[in-house]
Amino acid sequence: MAWRLRLAPEKTSIDFFRWQWVTFGGSMALMLLAFLAWGVMGLNFGIDFKGGTTIRTESVTPIDTGGYRSALEALPLGDVAITEVFDPSFAADQHVAMIRISAQDKTAAVTPETLADVEAALSVMDPGIKFTSVESVGPKVSGELVWTSVLAVAVTSLGILAYIWLRFEWQFALGGVLALLHDVFITIGIFAVFQLKFDLTIVAALLTILGYSINDTVVVFDRLRENLQKYKTMPLRDVMNLSVNETLSRTLMTSITTLIAVGAMLVFGGDVIRGFSLAIFLGVLLGTYSSVYVAKNIVLMIGLDRSDKPKGGASGQYANIDA
Amino acid sequence: MQTPLWKRLLIWGIVAFGLLYAMPNLFFARVESHNDAAEAAAKAGFATPEQEAAMALWPDWLPSGIVNLGLDLRGGAHLLAEVQVADVYAARIDGLWPDVRDKLRDLRDQIGNVRRVPSPPGELRVQISTPAGLEAAVAAVKSLAQPVITLTGVGQNDLEVTVVDGDIVVQLSEAERAATDDRTIQQSLEIVRRRIDEVGTREPTIQRQGADRILIQVPGIGSAAELKALIGTTARLTFNSVVQVTGDAKAQPGSGNVLLPAQNDKNTFYILEKAPVVSGEDLVDAQPAFDQNGRPAVNFRFNPTGARKFGDYTAANIGRPFAIVLDDEVISAPVIQSHIPGGSGIITGNFTVEESTQLAVLLRAGALPAELVFLEERTVGPELGQDSIDAGTKAAVIAMIAVGLFMWASYGLFGIFANIALVLNMALIFAILSIIGGTLTLPGIGGIVLTIGMAVDANVLVFERIREELRGQKNPIRAIEIGYERAMSAIVDANLTTMISAGTLFFLGAGPVRGFAVTLGIGVVTSVFTALLVTRAMIEIWYAWRRPKTIVV
Repeated sequence: MAWRLRLAPEKTSIDFFRWQWVTFGGSMALMLLAFLAWGVMGLNFGIDFKGGTTIRTESVTPIDTGGYRSALEALPLGDVAITEVFDPSFAADQHVAMIRISAQDKTAAVTPETLADVEAALSVMDPGIKFTSVESVGPKVSGELVWTSVLAVAVTSLGILAYIWLRFEWQFALGGVLALLHDVFITIGIFAVFQLKFDLTIVAALLTILGYSINDTVVVFDRLRENLQKYKTMPLRDVMNLSVNETLSRTLMTSITTLIAVGAMLVFGGDVIRGFSLAIFLGVLLGTYSSVYVAKNIVLMIGLDRSDKPKGGASGQYANIDA
Repeated sequence: MQTPLWKRLLIWGIVAFGLLYAMPNLFFARVESHNDAAEAAAKAGFATPEQEAAMALWPDWLPSGIVNLGLDLRGGAHLLAEVQVADVYAARIDGLWPDVRDKLRDLRDQIGNVRRVPSPPGELRVQISTPAGLEAAVAAVKSLAQPVITLTGVGQNDLEVTVVDGDIVVQLSEAERAATDDRTIQQSLEIVRRRIDEVGTREPTIQRQGADRILIQVPGIGSAAELKALIGTTARLTFNSVVQVTGDAKAQPGSGNVLLPAQNDKNTFYILEKAPVVSGEDLVDAQPAFDQNGRPAVNFRFNPTGARKFGDYTAANIGRPFAIVLDDEVISAPVIQSHIPGGSGIITGNFTVEESTQLAVLLRAGALPAELVFLEERTVGPELGQDSIDAGTKAAVIAMIAVGLFMWASYGLFGIFANIALVLNMALIFAILSIIGGTLTLPGIGGIVLTIGMAVDANVLVFERIREELRGQKNPIRAIEIGYERAMSAIVDANLTTMISAGTLFFLGAGPVRGFAVTLGIGVVTSVFTALLVTRAMIEIWYAWRRPKTIVV
């Protein structure tokens, strides 16, 4: 037999419930911590959600954030944040900084005059400075974006819930979606803890996680359904363990292929989409974990009705034929 | 396990089609200059030698569709503007006052004196001195209303006349407001489009968004500020009477007057009466023309209201100059030669042919009916865009190679089939993007890289299932068949849930996020096709050729 790379032995019989209080309990604790971090530290919202202006500057001379700050202090701008950006893909004499200015108006984006003032002040500091991107979002739009984002996450979750319900039992749907929310909230928690910029692309990443993380769970559920038919008297817990063991190899394989691709994007994709890549990377990682350790635990907790009554009414009259 | 011939032909046909239509993207710069030249030549009706040369870069019989690069990759400016639709209500209602006054004056003996009292914008509040005549006054004002013709507002009048605290209050009705809003947005869109087309930039996007917003995306423009300057000018045209011409920039205009500079002469200033005689809203047409001396000029025509006002004014002011003012600059101040009764006239000045054409266009395009407030603006420089393309391409290539090696190490020959399918999948994504004219953004590239990781998942599921069946001592053909059949339901479920996400994402945001939704959605469809149908077709060909007794996956 030819050599093959194996992530899991051909046959495993791991008891995935054995350390339940560590794995599932740990997950719940982590989720709580994520909520706590979110509540206490808050998210570092980008201008998409908070309104304001970001200016990306590029210069051949090293960036002197103090100098930038004092150059802008003379202007009546309110809150100004200056951060230097580092990326392995930058050339040796490529120095990039991001300048964020709080919103200046109640509805509109930044005025050309304010922008011109800022650019002039920085150009005095560093004549070779280039403004490679300027983005400004007025508070009116950012307020709406917050709501559309929350709505989008809710609608997607409900859509997936409805779909899984349609294809499986409602217990599966609930377990699957709760596991998804676990992935999403811990990801948000990590963004809160490290105060990473949270903008519209991160929400896009979260929605992608919702759609993708359910995949592993579906594979496990699919096998679980098959095995429930096969082993009608085996305790639910054992059928679940069997199903997870049988699908372990493909769960790991599908996650690793995706992580490889997203990892490449994280490392080589440049700093502009780094946050986005990171969110998806974390989400895929958490999603794999939760489909093994979270989703089925919830189903087990709710319990399944395994009496052999058929789901649809139409075939009811034949239900006892093969009994 | 033979797939029917027609199905195989269809599969390979789609693959060939995908490769053909994705190919122009490999020669992006070349095809782009071909397309630009072809479009310019088609517009002009003839081709310059440079355009001929550019068109020769790419043969006409090959597909020439390429993906649209989003603003974040190409560089350019994006603006989201809100049209202040309420401005128009105020203007409409203010314009109504003279008519209301005239109508009520006829009833003076019944209602006494008529006076306009202060009211919020968009509302006309009239006081009469004899309260007994209120009913008659209201009836008279109501007679000014006209029916609104809209889909929903049939039978409704455009004005709503009520009595509040003994005053007559006139407002636009709900139906009329809706109709007015729609008209205002349509007009604004049209005017913005004309002004951007004037500059002749490539493929601008100008779209209505929601009830009162306009989304404007212009690739290649230097900054959003530049774009704002272009479309943000209201181009408000008025005809004012001239009080005095002066060379003094600091002259005191006096009350009710205003001092405005001349457009093409820095040393000339005009003192004008603030209230215009006629405004651009009353213009129905403007065309470049020549006056009787053969000098470039602009012909214009007013609507009946404007014509009456203009006729009365010109009759009373022969021999005196009047000023044509565009956005607070006097573009010309001709002397009235004669009474102009028909509502049409000619503007002469020191125009060149280009200037008169430009002026006619501006006058025709007209003023923006309402102010635009810019809610969101984004500018991306072309260098950053190029950096993003480079980084994205690098990430995609590395992802492809790494995933490919991993699949090969894990599934051997079958892994290679999956890898070929992956390459074809990429081609199909680009083909579909090129055909539907989809826009590729940086997150969109992210979506493609993600697809690289996700597309092979379906193959992983199938191959693992085949392994499992082989362990159960099934013969190879049976194992492959069952593998594809049994893995199907999980694959369909997995991809449909991703599709749900892509769907919501599409509605979440315009711009980069939408670009991501598009590539993710297309990627889901193409990856199901390549990972299931194409790999299966490849395995069938290989099996028919080698006839192996046992297979190793």
